[in-house]
Amino acid sequence: MTIRIQTEDFDITKEINLLKEERKKSGQQDVGAIVTFTGTVRDMAGKTPINSMSLEHYPGMTEKELTDIAEEANKRWPLLGTTIIHRIGDLEPGDNIVLVVTLSSHRHAAFEAADFLMDFLKSKAPFWKKEQPLEGEANWVDARDSDKQALSRWEK
Amino acid sequence: MKILYFAWVREKIGKSQEELEIPDAVKTVADLILWLETKGPEYEAAFANKETINSAINQSHVDHSTQLNNANEIAFFPPVTGG
Repeated sequence: MTIRIQTEDFDITKEINLLKEERKKSGQQDVGAIVTFTGTVRDMAGKTPINSMSLEHYPGMTEKELTDIAEEANKRWPLLGTTIIHRIGDLEPGDNIVLVVTLSSHRHAAFEAADFLMDFLKSKAPFWKKEQPLEGEANWVDARDSDKQALSRWEK
Repeated sequence: MKILYFAWVREKIGKSQEELEIPDAVKTVADLILWLETKGPEYEAAFANKETINSAINQSHVDHSTQLNNANEIAFFPPVTGG
């Protein structure tokens, strides 16, 4: 399980290979499915063109929340590898924000776990986005009700 | 007690953290918010809309009715918007 908060970009292929190598080292070649999700910065906030975005987080709590979320996913699905990387600091439209990678023997577990991880990350992990429009003052992004509602799908 | 503020809560209060002696009468997160509001207009502005204020004790999410008990770190912030 890899959890990282970083300002620099990530390399999706490299992260996949790290997880595959880790699994191989344990003497197993049982990975049959790899799912990745990448979230990127849009150039529009509704109808407002965006120049840049900055991401703030709560050091310590962020890592704790993401670890809890990843552990829960590993309890629910037979995962063979999990990576969550979230960027902080200043980002521009097109930049990567977040990466989730899940490995499993079969695709359904990998797909569902990645979906679950993103839903929980979006409503639990303490990150805040501030958008700088092309014109005018920067403003904090409002939370979406749809992100909260997404969690109810996973209630047991 | 160490108190941390993030995002627009931090901007409205004008600081990211502070160390405060909390009176014994302050028992819950809601009590603490009411007490902080007496510290000045910047706190009143930050806590004006209490439904939008999320809180964490010792880096775990809690609701406003939670007892402060053994808290050594408490944080206030808007609903999260990562991902």
